[in-house]
Amino acid sequence: MNNKLLVSPSPHIHGGDSISKKMYGVLIALIPAFLVSLYYFGIGALLITLASVGFCVIFEYLIQKYLMKGKPTIWDGSAIITGVLLAFNLPSNLPVWIVAIGALVSIGVGKMTFGGLGNNIFNPALVGRVFLLISFPAQMTVWPKPITTRWTFFPAVPADQIDALTGATPLSMIKNHFGKVPDYMDMLLGNMGGSFGEVGAIALILGFIYLLYKKIIVWHIPVVTVLTVVIFTGIMHLVNPDTYAAPLVHVLSGGLLLGAIFMATDYVTSPMTKKGMVVYATGIGVITSVIRLFGAYPEGVSFAILIMNALTPLINTYFKPKRFGR
Amino acid sequence: MLRTFRIGGIHPPENKLSAGKKIKALPLPEQVIIPVGQHIGAPAKVIVAKGDTVKTGTLIAEANGFISANIHSSVSGTVIKIDDITDASGYKRPAIFIKVEGDEWEEGIDTSDVLIENTDASSEDIIQQIKNAGIVGLGGATFPTQVKLSPPPGKTAEILIINGVECEPYLTSDHALMLEKGKEIMIGIRLLQKALNVKRAVIGIENNKEDAITHLTELAIHYPGIEVCSLKVQYPQGGEKQLVDAILKKQIPSGALPIEVGAVVQNIGTVFAVYEAVQKNKPLIERVVTVTGKGVKDPANYLVRIGTSMNILIEASGGLPENTAKIVGGGPMMGKALVSPDIPVTKGSSGILILPKKETERRPVYNCIRCGKCVSICPMALEPYLLMTLSELCLLEKAEENAIMDCIECGSCTYTCPANRPLLDYIRLGKGKTGAIIRSRK
Repeated sequence: MNNKLLVSPSPHIHGGDSISKKMYGVLIALIPAFLVSLYYFGIGALLITLASVGFCVIFEYLIQKYLMKGKPTIWDGSAIITGVLLAFNLPSNLPVWIVAIGALVSIGVGKMTFGGLGNNIFNPALVGRVFLLISFPAQMTVWPKPITTRWTFFPAVPADQIDALTGATPLSMIKNHFGKVPDYMDMLLGNMGGSFGEVGAIALILGFIYLLYKKIIVWHIPVVTVLTVVIFTGIMHLVNPDTYAAPLVHVLSGGLLLGAIFMATDYVTSPMTKKGMVVYATGIGVITSVIRLFGAYPEGVSFAILIMNALTPLINTYFKPKRFGR
Repeated sequence: MLRTFRIGGIHPPENKLSAGKKIKALPLPEQVIIPVGQHIGAPAKVIVAKGDTVKTGTLIAEANGFISANIHSSVSGTVIKIDDITDASGYKRPAIFIKVEGDEWEEGIDTSDVLIENTDASSEDIIQQIKNAGIVGLGGATFPTQVKLSPPPGKTAEILIINGVECEPYLTSDHALMLEKGKEIMIGIRLLQKALNVKRAVIGIENNKEDAITHLTELAIHYPGIEVCSLKVQYPQGGEKQLVDAILKKQIPSGALPIEVGAVVQNIGTVFAVYEAVQKNKPLIERVVTVTGKGVKDPANYLVRIGTSMNILIEASGGLPENTAKIVGGGPMMGKALVSPDIPVTKGSSGILILPKKETERRPVYNCIRCGKCVSICPMALEPYLLMTLSELCLLEKAEENAIMDCIECGSCTYTCPANRPLLDYIRLGKGKTGAIIRSRK
């Protein structure tokens, strides 16, 4: 009996939290936004999400098993999240082969080259998304109209139907001074053009509340990011309301909420301390606003998050917690 | 809002299985094994030899230096040998083996349970008596109590804080003492107040022990200057620095003792021992030990003589369960895993926790996902993930800069980590090495 006793240093118990619990928690929080995207973009949203998740998981498995010769950890849920977030950042009519390329870049380049979950510097889903945006600018900026395109999946839009099937996002309307920006109610519900996962503001906020309730994330990054955008765009709106849209339009349109709630908060690529989080989130808010108001692209959340991802190690070095008794 | 400490903290399942159980005195064992190093500091010097007869309360090893403590025989009988044994720390250390014959006490020890309220002992008398009785901190750190009662020159104590927090899951020995020995504890606090010449004393108790809070609050009415402070349950509130922060809202500076902010902290068990030493002339020869665990038939609080084999306590609670994987001396967060159940109870043994494999198994370790949980729960506001890496890579100067020596080893980081990383294991290693470097500089 005696020699069978376990002897190890304290603590002798564990709280039972695990990576997969956290990851599946994030997936649950994404469900409302997914339902909204199904409602407005129907079959296209479903297909692309399935394809993206499938490709991400398969690529992760293959790379872990055959290139890294390690034990695949696809069931920790992180590849599924990357798949869902990549999909949510795409238009609902994107050809599936482009989705596959996005998944390969996300998982292969964004995540596995650095050594897998925990070692990556950039948010994998955004690496894939930005790669696609730069490589396939045409396909990546055709936005199917909500509701009317619900039952069709049309990777190649017939030239004569472009106006019937597709429309612009509110941000590109503002940037290019055309079209009528949807009213706030439509924006809250998600009835507007855009990447299919980013449109439903209320659904995304529901996810945020769930993440807070489950203590998966803290409020700092999402709230500070949005607040910074509100302040920045608010000041510009006050200066010149004709050129610059109201701050609420900036909050509800584009990928700000999806990015602030689900992508800027990615554990691996965001700072570890509350102070660091505030600095990081302020950076995202400022860069997003600058790109939106003065840059060539109508939208800048992805770029902003990636830039701040790169600064995260530096932020971790300089923004330490205030030590007890020092 | 209930008070609690302000930085970090976790709330593990309390599992106080033996709460509310009366303290049971166990019959005398046939033999006791009394280690001579039961406290922090130099081991006591043995002053008996094989063949000597001793009485209960006879001094058998005397304090060897400023930070050391006397050790008394906990039984009457014959010294059969002095030999090395593996103690609760896992190291081999000398211990005195005594064969029990009857129960004859040293003269002058009051073994009755008559409450003695008043004292005319002076401050010096009290401290001397505590020193004679070999009292050490019974919360687990086993720091000689008289040292804490003699503030260094230039520092004065303003408040006495009594630690009735018992924040470790499972343990209930202090809880049981507060319920059953409330009056003795009040008198013990009076004695400590007198020794330190402080007017105010606060007993900190977490509010999962409402019966103890009510009981002591009622008693405190008759003892002006003593208050009870109900605290929100949060681990590691029983840590000195956390408790002082919870009650006084003051942070003890890094590397300093509570006296730096005018506080002296004493554990409930210690206070009771002080009462017995001063009012009853009884040295520290017994203590309350919790035997607990989900598989244990009858979790209980026992009053046992120091040196009793833990096996006897475990048997009294129904024996070792079939699925036992680990026996912990102390609580699950900071206790030490024992190499065998046949280890003597010492002054620092607050409990014996028996854990099945499922509860104590370490799960596979994954990469750090930088979730920041360890940073947010660290009660010392350190960055455990970073300290682990620095320790692993032996970047000890960086570790020192990042305050590795401030770690109180509460284990909250390892407990919380979703990637099951052994944060504290590595931090301990790094702390040991960093400490050696710091000492070598002097």
